[in-house]
Amino acid sequence: MSGRREGDAGAPLLEARGLTKRFGSVVANEDVSLQLRRGEVLGLLGENGAGKSTLVKMLFGLHRPDSGEIRVGGEVVRLRSPRDAIGMGIGMVHQHFQLVPVMTVAENVVLGAEPTRHRFVDRRRAAAEVQELSERFGLAVDPDAVVEDLPIGAQQRVEIIKALYRGAEILILDEPSAVLTPEETDELLRVVAELAAGGVGIVFITHKLREVMDAADRVVVLRDGRVVGEVAPGDTDEAGLAALMVGRSVVLRIDKQPARPGGTVLEIRGLEVDDDRGRRAVQGFDLEVRAGEIVGVAGVQGNGQRELAEAICGMRPRSGGCVLLREHDVTRLGARAIHDLGVAHIPEDRNKHGLVGSYSVADDLVLNRFDEPGFARWGRRERAAVRRWAEQLIIEFDVRTPGVEAPADSLSGGNQQKLIVARELSRESVLVVAAQPTRGVDVGSIEFIHRQLVAARDRGAAVLVISAELEELLAVSDRIAVMRSGCVAAMFDAGSVTSEAIGLVMGGAAGH
Amino acid sequence: MKRSWTGRPVPPNGLVAGSLLAAAFVAYGIWGFRATAVLGFAVRSSTPLALAAMCGILCERTGVINIGIEGQMLLGAFAGFFGAAAFGVVAGVAAAVVLGALVGAFLALCAVTWRVDQIIAGAVINIAAAGFTSFLYRPGRVIGSLPTWRIPLLGDLPLLGPVLFRAQPLTYLTFVVVIGLQVALFRTPWGRRTTAVGEHPGAADTVGIDVARYRYGNVVAGGALAGLAGALLSVEITGSFDRGMTAGRGFLALAIVIMGRWRPALAWAAALFFGVLSGLVNQLNFDRVFDVPPQFVAMLPYATTIVVLAIFSTRVRPPAAAGRPYP
Repeated sequence: MSGRREGDAGAPLLEARGLTKRFGSVVANEDVSLQLRRGEVLGLLGENGAGKSTLVKMLFGLHRPDSGEIRVGGEVVRLRSPRDAIGMGIGMVHQHFQLVPVMTVAENVVLGAEPTRHRFVDRRRAAAEVQELSERFGLAVDPDAVVEDLPIGAQQRVEIIKALYRGAEILILDEPSAVLTPEETDELLRVVAELAAGGVGIVFITHKLREVMDAADRVVVLRDGRVVGEVAPGDTDEAGLAALMVGRSVVLRIDKQPARPGGTVLEIRGLEVDDDRGRRAVQGFDLEVRAGEIVGVAGVQGNGQRELAEAICGMRPRSGGCVLLREHDVTRLGARAIHDLGVAHIPEDRNKHGLVGSYSVADDLVLNRFDEPGFARWGRRERAAVRRWAEQLIIEFDVRTPGVEAPADSLSGGNQQKLIVARELSRESVLVVAAQPTRGVDVGSIEFIHRQLVAARDRGAAVLVISAELEELLAVSDRIAVMRSGCVAAMFDAGSVTSEAIGLVMGGAAGH
Repeated sequence: MKRSWTGRPVPPNGLVAGSLLAAAFVAYGIWGFRATAVLGFAVRSSTPLALAAMCGILCERTGVINIGIEGQMLLGAFAGFFGAAAFGVVAGVAAAVVLGALVGAFLALCAVTWRVDQIIAGAVINIAAAGFTSFLYRPGRVIGSLPTWRIPLLGDLPLLGPVLFRAQPLTYLTFVVVIGLQVALFRTPWGRRTTAVGEHPGAADTVGIDVARYRYGNVVAGGALAGLAGALLSVEITGSFDRGMTAGRGFLALAIVIMGRWRPALAWAAALFFGVLSGLVNQLNFDRVFDVPPQFVAMLPYATTIVVLAIFSTRVRPPAAAGRPYP
């Protein structure tokens, strides 16, 4: 698999020169040039919509550039399809895995390039090849496991092996950490380093600053479809990269006034909630959130955070304990009733619970109040009023959309999230439940969403933020509860705690 | 239950075949020639169903739902019969296969290229086939049904001989198709790629598999099999053609696909189940154990389908991309 194309020895493994791609009148990439050398990890950094995906799709033959050229090993190549790219030794791990869930690891790896014996698939050789690659690069997987039974991190390793099996010397990882837990991300970064040491050139796409600082040898920053900088991580810091990426200086830690908590808004006592499989996910959970404060819930994913948020908002039956909202027992109420009592919910899964993708931006923006007076009269919707309201909101919350009539699923992930935040926080509420409010959102928007949460707090709402990102919790919270095995393992004052202390409790050290 | 290469937990084929065989011999031991008669009927009446189900499996595994099997069968029966009457049996069967494949190509064109709703495309095929064959039907012609070929030695086996090895040519062909498809789907590159295309076309596409080509190929091949199933009905079994003679067997085949979990061998077993059921009631009627009108017997497979599907269909999982155009 090595030495497929040597070209001249000094030439970079992969080179893009002046790539430009337009979709209609939108310029996705303009005059983008970059180089990737053997054994190098190139970080490709940019906000959502900066043109990272378009760029790598061109490098993998999924889009064809309008102008510019791609060189592999110094030679100009034309990539008309992924097949061409694979033939040139380019492999790609897509953000959404391209694995057949019902097939085994080995089957997925060899798919389309099966080793055969007498015209039958040679299963033994397939498994052996997977085993060999898995050992060589420290990518632990069982060749005979069925893919859908594997955790996300392992599926990603299968994708990497799949690319290597096809002789990839250039590996493009598209937002590889977006779906991973922090532990899995650390594991991935280790694998990336190992692959680079083995001579593979890696393009690592992300919008997470820490990862490029840790993993990349060089960072190319894209903004509005253009390369705006190329730096070595040693020559800059996270703030510098963030500024380059967003085009202005970004406050990673927002300043906010100290909380002035009022009366208790949300009181949870001994809450018990089951997960989808009927196992007890939340047990004996106690928490109080007062008006005018932000309480963060930290924890390793899968410790009941999701079930907690859904139970508070009435989306999941509560099996025991009680939930009080301003001293009213709401334990038995459904989602609609709780919503009507003034609870705003930014759900973890925005596509499933946050918005209706086929609705227009305007309709999604009034999803929580479409039948209220002002938006409807005599059972008929007041479309003009909805439209005016939506136009005001997209400006106020900086939702970037072609227009309020565009379908919501045509927006980028970050803008969809801002849309949900706009809808939920534009309504008077006494309690805001925000689950992973900035997942998959770029740095500039993260700051904005954080400010909005603080603003809701300052208007007197009680805010509960559930997040897998410790940085986020430290940035916005006034108090931080650490959730472990379905209950609160420790409670910290956010002003005086370190992430290490929280991490220890998350990992299992004794709380108070 | 094994969970192997082929995915979901499924009883191993050997176990299924073994227990069916054992049950058959137990029945033979108790009821003698009556068991032979019932099983013989079961095999004869299940072959068109099994063959039609192979069409369903091929199409759905590659991601195209084909509810036009009924129509394809009917056209196959029509072309087979009148082809055979005019130009001989071989020409008739060939005409059935070609016509079925052409209709398959039409379905593929609708589903893959035009991205039409596949249920509607299939319904169109069924309606058109019923109208077309009724319109062109001319009564009065007859052909003899196909001869029975007795396989030397195997044909002399007790029970198995008369049931499996004294059959007509297209029945043997069905055996070959089912077993061949079973092996090919799970053991060859073609089969694995077909499965990938039906489960996750995006994954297939990114490793250079031409999704559209696979869908066209399999839907056309499936159509050919459905056409053959029609010819089996008119040319081999009855030696005649009637309006609407498929009588819903194409839809029954779809139920068999689900019961067989999109696996050829298991689907064959499911088809045999329907065959045994009808055969049993026939035999009991014949023996005057009870006396039900023949219409009741004819109804049985369909009524059973409802019950069986109600139990099965929530527990099995169709190919994930079935019914969805790509990209």
